[in-house]
Amino acid sequence: MATEILMPALSPTMEEGTLAKWLVKEGDTVSSGDILAEIETDKATMEFEAVDEGVIGKILVAEGTEGVKVNVAIAVLLEEGESADDIANAPAEKASAPVPADKAQSSEDAPAAGMSHPEPQVDTSPDWPGGTPLKQQTVREALRDGMSEEMRRDDSVFLMGEEVAEYQGAYKISQGMLEEFGSKRVIDTPITEHGFAGIATGAAFGGLRPIVEFMTFNFAMQAIDHIINSAAKTLYMSGGQMGAPMVFRGPNGAAARVGAQHSQDYAAWYMQVPGLKVAMPYSASDYKGLMKTAIRDPNPVIFLENEILYGRSFDVPELDDYTVPFGKARIWREGEDVTIVSFGIGMSYALEAADKLAEEGINAEVIDLRTLRPMDTGAILNSVMKTNRLVTVEEGWPQGSVGNYISSVVMQEAFDYLDAPVINCTGKDVPMPYAANLEKHALLTTDEVIAAVKKVTYK
Amino acid sequence: MPAKKTTKKPNVTADELKTYYKDMLLIRRFEEKAGQLYGMGLIGGFCHLYIGQEAVVVGLEAAAEEGDKRITSYRDHGHMLACGMDPNGVMAELTGREGGYSKGKGGSMHMFSKEKHFYGGHGIVAAQVPLGAGLAFSDKYKENGRVTFTYFGDGAANQGQVYETFNMAALWSLPCIFVIENNQYAMGTSQQRSTSSAEIWERGKAFGILGEAVDGMDVLAVKAAGETAVAHCRSGKGPYILEIKTYRYRGHSMSDPAKYRTREEVQKMRDERDPIEAVRTLLLTGKHATEDDLKAMDKDIKKVVNDSAEFAKTSPEPALEELWTDIYAEMEA
Repeated sequence: MATEILMPALSPTMEEGTLAKWLVKEGDTVSSGDILAEIETDKATMEFEAVDEGVIGKILVAEGTEGVKVNVAIAVLLEEGESADDIANAPAEKASAPVPADKAQSSEDAPAAGMSHPEPQVDTSPDWPGGTPLKQQTVREALRDGMSEEMRRDDSVFLMGEEVAEYQGAYKISQGMLEEFGSKRVIDTPITEHGFAGIATGAAFGGLRPIVEFMTFNFAMQAIDHIINSAAKTLYMSGGQMGAPMVFRGPNGAAARVGAQHSQDYAAWYMQVPGLKVAMPYSASDYKGLMKTAIRDPNPVIFLENEILYGRSFDVPELDDYTVPFGKARIWREGEDVTIVSFGIGMSYALEAADKLAEEGINAEVIDLRTLRPMDTGAILNSVMKTNRLVTVEEGWPQGSVGNYISSVVMQEAFDYLDAPVINCTGKDVPMPYAANLEKHALLTTDEVIAAVKKVTYK
Repeated sequence: MPAKKTTKKPNVTADELKTYYKDMLLIRRFEEKAGQLYGMGLIGGFCHLYIGQEAVVVGLEAAAEEGDKRITSYRDHGHMLACGMDPNGVMAELTGREGGYSKGKGGSMHMFSKEKHFYGGHGIVAAQVPLGAGLAFSDKYKENGRVTFTYFGDGAANQGQVYETFNMAALWSLPCIFVIENNQYAMGTSQQRSTSSAEIWERGKAFGILGEAVDGMDVLAVKAAGETAVAHCRSGKGPYILEIKTYRYRGHSMSDPAKYRTREEVQKMRDERDPIEAVRTLLLTGKHATEDDLKAMDKDIKKVVNDSAEFAKTSPEPALEELWTDIYAEMEA
């Protein structure tokens, strides 16, 4: 049966082109791979090859013709035994180009997921039952205990990173773990973030549950391609067949006097990525409970720690298996005058500000988000509906901040409840300076949080 | 570290030869059909064809055992067919349909099959190299005796993460075969213009990794080298590099006018070094098959390919709800 040779699309965007030159003539025998014609697209002149073998029965579009639409028949190919006379009888095989999905369905049909918060769902259950014995523990110890408990529970969990084993951790988080678990499961890597992040992600594809320690998340910029393109997107790209159950962890944000390249807060960056989960705890119990949840989670989790918090002590429940669920904020302080939302080290400023404000008779409700993706926006909305005022607190940069996102959610879902514009307290819009006085100014201060609260409460 | 050149030709039976012929021809016909569907607007975006390189994956798959893993770049259709994935599912992924391996959500560059131990299909040049070493890491951790074929091109060989990976793979003796598919052009830049050393596999020497160059237009040579590499890795001696010198007949992608090389250069490879023609000649001169036998095989393959195209055209587009699935895996209870 004679087949029509159709004008090909030779680039993702081509709709028409110029048939610049025929390299075959009627009567020529062609086989697959032979070049039939030269076609000019908007970008280049391309050679067009035969797919089937046969004889060129008729050329339908002369060379030099401009504006030939894609999928228009440009020639007819005859099979063995056919003649050009048969062409008239040959049924034209029309390409059944599909209607692009985005034109077939109107966008109103699709739910605007991620931005829809009709009724705030708030889980206010306590993190541990009343009467549970507590012990004081540093964030550092709590993190180690969380990882070690999960490694005892599951043989497929291992820890890798720079100086995690023999050095006992650059910040001593993994102290004693090499001794307990051996060098097969607590693995020193060379200084090669891009490479070991990729190897760990491959190991997760292969069924293991890696914990990758970055000495700081600043170094993870070398590895961010694997975190996002390899770890976060594979489950979707594979239609759900395989993903990367793993944890990327390490200190994030400013420490003290280490300059611009070691002081960035990546909360807003990672929070943006579908496929990732992002935890940024403040207290030791949350470091432990969220780390255990992160290791068990079948998705890649970004676990943003803080060097300054490592040495701080908090109450940690003495329970055999203490976990904290993702997506559940913790209300540290109840109040009715204003809502302060923060996470990670930002909570230090929020809580200190709330204490000082209380002395002046302003009662702030302080919410610790604990995880940024999923984010407990229900807890924020619920609180704003009560206080009618909101201040967000974070150390990261102002443009495209976590607070910006929260503001947009609150405007869309609780606009009528707001009695003042939301204020986002952030770090300053500068690379971190080294000089002590400048660094102090670049960071967020408790006084700035207090000033923001006074502004939204018109005090 | 001296080069260990595989010189022995494997003993090959007539049946094996026929299998290689069929497997290579399937890839070629499949890719020709994919090119045609692209031209008709049924395949969108990027589409990188494997025509000319068929002997690489067919030769190496002949050296693999059940359970061994493979991972590659975006020029991945050949690898998937060679490891036994269903042509229907591959073609339907190219057309972005529900019946595709990724339910239409991955496309030409992003396909996977857990069942066939095919780990993608990766669009970022060289990212699959540490990922492949990571798969090998998981096998070593589990002590299951499996090896991973990690494919990348001569272009990817200039990415830094390849050498970060070589270092760790050697340091930790990972059972990983690094397969450099050197088709001589990194998109439009020839190896001469992009790569300081003529023999890329020799870079492994800096890490103490053994390797060799292989004639990638000869499926039997590829198979023999693959067996050497597999034996090395499986015996716990760490990684091995195969630099397989091959050639792609078509452009880098469908929208490549290929002005960086002459038509004569491509034609000369097709005429003199075609891997499928070479096996065809072996079959005919060795009297293992007649012209009619080969015609019958050709016809069978054409049917498989045409059926895959038909499936890929008629399989429905994914349901709109699919937009929102597979973003997160659910925690197992």
